[in-house]
Amino acid sequence: MATSPTAPDALIHARGLTKRFDRLVAVDAIDFDVQRGEAFGFLGPNGAGKTSTMRMIGCVSSPSGGELRVLGLDPVLDGPRIRARLGVVPQADTLDMELRVDENLLTYARYFDIPRDVARARTQELLEFVQLKDRARDEVEPLSGGMKRRLTIARALVNDPGLLLLDEPTTGLDPQARHLVWDRLYRLKQRGVTIVLTTHYMDEAEQLCDRLVVMGQGEDRCLRVAAQPDRSLLDPRGARTPLSD
Amino acid sequence: MTGILHVVEHHLMVYRRTWKGSMFVSFASPVLFLAAIGIGLGSLIASGPVRTVGGVSYLTFLAPGLLAATAMQTAFVETTYPVMAKIQWLRTYDGMLATPLTVRDVLGGEIGWLVIRLATTAFAFFFVMLLFGTVHTVASLLTIPVVVLNGLAFGAPIFAFTATQRKDKGFPTIGRFIITPLFLLGGVFFPIQQLPQLAQGIAWATPLAHSVVLSRSLAIGGANPSALIDLAVLAAYATLGIIAASITLPRRLVR
Repeated sequence: MATSPTAPDALIHARGLTKRFDRLVAVDAIDFDVQRGEAFGFLGPNGAGKTSTMRMIGCVSSPSGGELRVLGLDPVLDGPRIRARLGVVPQADTLDMELRVDENLLTYARYFDIPRDVARARTQELLEFVQLKDRARDEVEPLSGGMKRRLTIARALVNDPGLLLLDEPTTGLDPQARHLVWDRLYRLKQRGVTIVLTTHYMDEAEQLCDRLVVMGQGEDRCLRVAAQPDRSLLDPRGARTPLSD
Repeated sequence: MTGILHVVEHHLMVYRRTWKGSMFVSFASPVLFLAAIGIGLGSLIASGPVRTVGGVSYLTFLAPGLLAATAMQTAFVETTYPVMAKIQWLRTYDGMLATPLTVRDVLGGEIGWLVIRLATTAFAFFFVMLLFGTVHTVASLLTIPVVVLNGLAFGAPIFAFTATQRKDKGFPTIGRFIITPLFLLGGVFFPIQQLPQLAQGIAWATPLAHSVVLSRSLAIGGANPSALIDLAVLAAYATLGIIAASITLPRRLVR
């Protein structure tokens, strides 16, 4: 696959990226580059091809056409190597209902071949980060939607990825739970994690994304979100509060 | 290879929480069957005109066949609903595939786990056979790998089928039209030669009849001229099943 001229630092590089399922064109020749350290969004309604795009970036679905490089590698040939360095938060939680909260992270860490003692330490850190430490030994099923989402985010961070993919991270969550997820994602961004997310909420895109692609209606455009001088989040009561460090 | 081990490790972590119930069933089920049918019904046979079946007591005749049938049923249970759940209800496989694991690792791990489950239930069953005094030779230990292979001969093709299903309504059909008739008519409870010719032909086309004959000859002793053919049939079903699953599972998971 030839590499066309692009910024050398681009973590994701797509030109004419296309996904077809039989006759349905899910993703129609989109172009974008995601730079290191930025938060990049795909905004659009359901069915616009956001999830298909994310699955191609996540190397679990092959492009039907166009060019795609992730972390400088070819997703079709180097899937496992790329996935070893990605964190993926899928649209539907794929948590293990048969395992406890902490076991979900432990077993996931093993998929990355992380040694058990390292996995245990990492599990503690991550549960603290997503504020689930006191639920570590609980079953997953009774957790609220927001807690499950945070656990899924913790699971995606188990391999300390430099690039985090989130497919509709806050769909279905109440305002308070969304706020908490945004706050954690913002912290990750401050730590230098590159974030790619899909959303159909304009406010989410505005809160989290430096740049975004608007998908759907056959005219995909890459927009630069206006610089936000006062980075702040709307809290559940509607008041703007500055983000904490 | 390490990927396969990590998938097996995941199963072990889940099993650590459920092993007690599952082990209880593994021991209780053969005890009930061997007591009720082997001894209960067997005593009627012993007092009747025939007295023995194939030259041994009915209990001794029944036990190795039931062992083979248990492997078939274990394989059926393990490769239907639990696999469906991981494909689409809980999406466990999707979670795994977002990591360096590949579909090949997932399939390898599932087959590996199936072998472990088949082996543990077979060992439990064999232990119960020891308690009932139906084990007379060291060679009867070989029934364990034979019935594990029998479990694979059923489990791998059923796994391949499950990977093509969007709904679970096919599973009771397999149970009603394949598993239960084979359990009752596949040579477990009486010699297959008692069946009408056509039914015998059908039974011999499936793995169960072969593994019943094979494990029975290993457990009781005595020559089995068709042993290699029996093994070949089991190996063929298992191999074709794994090949089929390595086509249907990627088709389902990687779109």
